[in-house]
Amino acid sequence: MPLIPHLPHSAGVGYKPQHLGDILADAGHVKWLEIHAENYMSAGGPMLADLKRLAKQFPISCHGVGLSIGGERPLDKDHLTRLKHLISWLKPASFSEHLAWSSHETGYLNDLLPLPYTMDTVQRVADHINEVQDVLGVQMLLENPSVYVAFAASTMDEITFLNEVVSRTGCGLLLDVNNVFISGTNQDYAPEDYIDTFPVEHIGELHLGGHIEDKDDHGAPLLIDSHNNKVVDPVWALLERLLARTGPKPILIEWDSDIPDWPVLESEAARATAALEALT
Amino acid sequence: MSQSAFAKALLDNALPTPEGLIDPQGRPAGKRFDVYRNNVVLSLSEALADAYPVVEKLVGEKFFQAMAGVFVRQYPPKTPILSEFAPEFPDFLAAFPPVAKLTYLPDVARLEKARTEAYHAADADPIDGAALAALTPEQMAGAKLHLHPSLRVISSPFPVFAIWRKNSDAPETTIPKHGQDVLIARPFDMVEMRTLPPGAADFLRALAAGRTLGEVIEFCEKIPLFDLTANIGGLFEANLLINIES
Repeated sequence: MPLIPHLPHSAGVGYKPQHLGDILADAGHVKWLEIHAENYMSAGGPMLADLKRLAKQFPISCHGVGLSIGGERPLDKDHLTRLKHLISWLKPASFSEHLAWSSHETGYLNDLLPLPYTMDTVQRVADHINEVQDVLGVQMLLENPSVYVAFAASTMDEITFLNEVVSRTGCGLLLDVNNVFISGTNQDYAPEDYIDTFPVEHIGELHLGGHIEDKDDHGAPLLIDSHNNKVVDPVWALLERLLARTGPKPILIEWDSDIPDWPVLESEAARATAALEALT
Repeated sequence: MSQSAFAKALLDNALPTPEGLIDPQGRPAGKRFDVYRNNVVLSLSEALADAYPVVEKLVGEKFFQAMAGVFVRQYPPKTPILSEFAPEFPDFLAAFPPVAKLTYLPDVARLEKARTEAYHAADADPIDGAALAALTPEQMAGAKLHLHPSLRVISSPFPVFAIWRKNSDAPETTIPKHGQDVLIARPFDMVEMRTLPPGAADFLRALAAGRTLGEVIEFCEKIPLFDLTANIGGLFEANLLINIES
């Protein structure tokens, strides 16, 4: 029986070990947690024990960052086996990964690297997703990236690309609204158009996060996906625009560096909850 | 452009931005590509600093960042599991000329690596001394004591334990002039460390190698002043014996 993503239509946050005590005492508006799969692949230790404890109280979203789905080389079978093991005991409410690549002969590069949007890439990504779904026994969610460069070789836009992948794999989509804002700004398209044409029927989860602002060589704005601060107002506005199309969805707040005290993170979850409650 | 070319350029700032990467106006991507370069090297350098905080303290943050930039380009992670990142770092330090004068640095790094390994090692329940006391002398001679999977031993000609403590949780530590053997283990939630008496490191290595207790006793007789009973008792007290195979 394949796992179909079933996170609650409420706010969650990316789990950080320093928040464990706060979460167990009073999670506030946070109703579910997301973990990075690669942090929980050790043989043992307190981090695994804490996750087992949390999984008894909260739905868990398992978010992979290292599968390199867009990689030119075959998927790492050892890594798939580790993921299968994690999913089999954790029984997460959802499994998601990125439309990106991160590994090559040089090793694991610890970043989500961009892909040219061509039919060749569609086929490679679809083959990898089919393999992942077969091995893990899950319907996975694929996340849209934040991109800083474009490829001269691309022949289609990102939404066309995602539609092609979904039709070949039956996977769902994780829509990162902050990434839409970043990529739209960096690639000079209107994020609103992306939101208005996104295939919302395949969305299993939404992400929100913070970014930083820079400029490119020509002085054009260059936004960088840093997950190190609050979600900005234009991204909240995009979320509302999207929710008007989709209705309630699971919304995750990502905050991965310069991690704040729990009340700051919880207040972002409260704001997401308010956006969901405004729909009813 | 292949991902090989992309990856090579990521790790080598001397290489030009790969062709075919553009901005929205179709111009070469330039600085936009550097975002990826920075992400890769900075995020891996941070992971290295997280894994080796005392080495970072000993050489200073600025120097560590520069050194990390050299290391991560040479030894990017083999897997996406960052808790297993940089096992090569102690040997890298031993061969990195700018830190050649800090002769103790590679062993401090070995200690930190052992701490990380112990933290993430398999869990196991300890047994108590009753299990050993129940054996006949013959059974005891043929028995093998199984150590906790998190247990590591670092033997150094430098006072690595004192150096580590002085630069982390106990700044008032005085540094002795002699070398130290250090036991690192995580019997429960916390990584624990202690210095070992003379001979104990060899005794633990003999146990870890799967020698029988009879063989270990014979081996330990050659170690001057070694108190076998006290050392076995110490392992039970520290909750680091998990099975007796007889």
